[in-house]
Amino acid sequence: MSVLEVARDVLAVALLLAGTFLCLTAGLGLLRFPDVLARMHAGTKPQVLGVLLVMVGAAIRLQGWSATWMLLLVAVFQMLTAPVSAHMVSRVAYRRRHVRRDRLLVDELRTGGGGAGDRVYKGDEPADAPPEEPATALAESREEDGRAENGRAEDGVR
Amino acid sequence: MTVVYWAAYGMLGVGAFLALVRLGIGPSLLDRVVATDTLLVIIAAGLAVHAGLERDPTVVPVLVVVSLLAFVGSVSVARYIGGMLVGSADDGQDVGLPEAAEERAARAAEASR
Repeated sequence: MSVLEVARDVLAVALLLAGTFLCLTAGLGLLRFPDVLARMHAGTKPQVLGVLLVMVGAAIRLQGWSATWMLLLVAVFQMLTAPVSAHMVSRVAYRRRHVRRDRLLVDELRTGGGGAGDRVYKGDEPADAPPEEPATALAESREEDGRAENGRAEDGVR
Repeated sequence: MTVVYWAAYGMLGVGAFLALVRLGIGPSLLDRVVATDTLLVIIAAGLAVHAGLERDPTVVPVLVVVSLLAFVGSVSVARYIGGMLVGSADDGQDVGLPEAAEERAARAAEASR
């Protein structure tokens, strides 16, 4: 075994151990942090950096290009999907009041008392969800119904 | 090499166990979603560590599936509960729900101090 191979194995094992250490810190943070946002902060450490370290370590150890490309695919996929799922989960966490507001320094989602009335959110609901402003939509549909009724009545008179 | 095995699988195992504890005690659905996500990432890391240490590339395709599964799971749960919400004009949060259990507990701790 040449010096180069030994150095390569040492580097790979060090990267693997660093990645597994990040997994351990994620578990600790998940258990100890106070609310959903903080737990997400801890839980996403291994999602990007940990997975990257472990993938690079495994790619150094494994022989052959097919395994390397697949590991690269996993790493790229993690980096693409981690922000999307984190964004969705944190937004729902805020709206479902799972956020400790007394611990927030900046709260950009707070709308303030604008007097706009309660409304159903657009953006992350299924396509058959109720309309955005229930009261306005109800008034509009009643108005439309009334217009239809009047039209029919006028037709009857003529 | 044995030391490396023990250290790597030990850290992964403890991390996965702590994530499982969080999955068990909740307290909210989203805590469980985050814990499941982390657990799947730890499983993927464990498979990759196995592949690396044993020089065994057969589990590498499984990694792709596991990482896909974590994303689809958390996004579908988030969409599922996101569709039920009614936003309040007052603070941008859902009107029908009580405040966060964590926040209430913190307030109780403040009051008792």
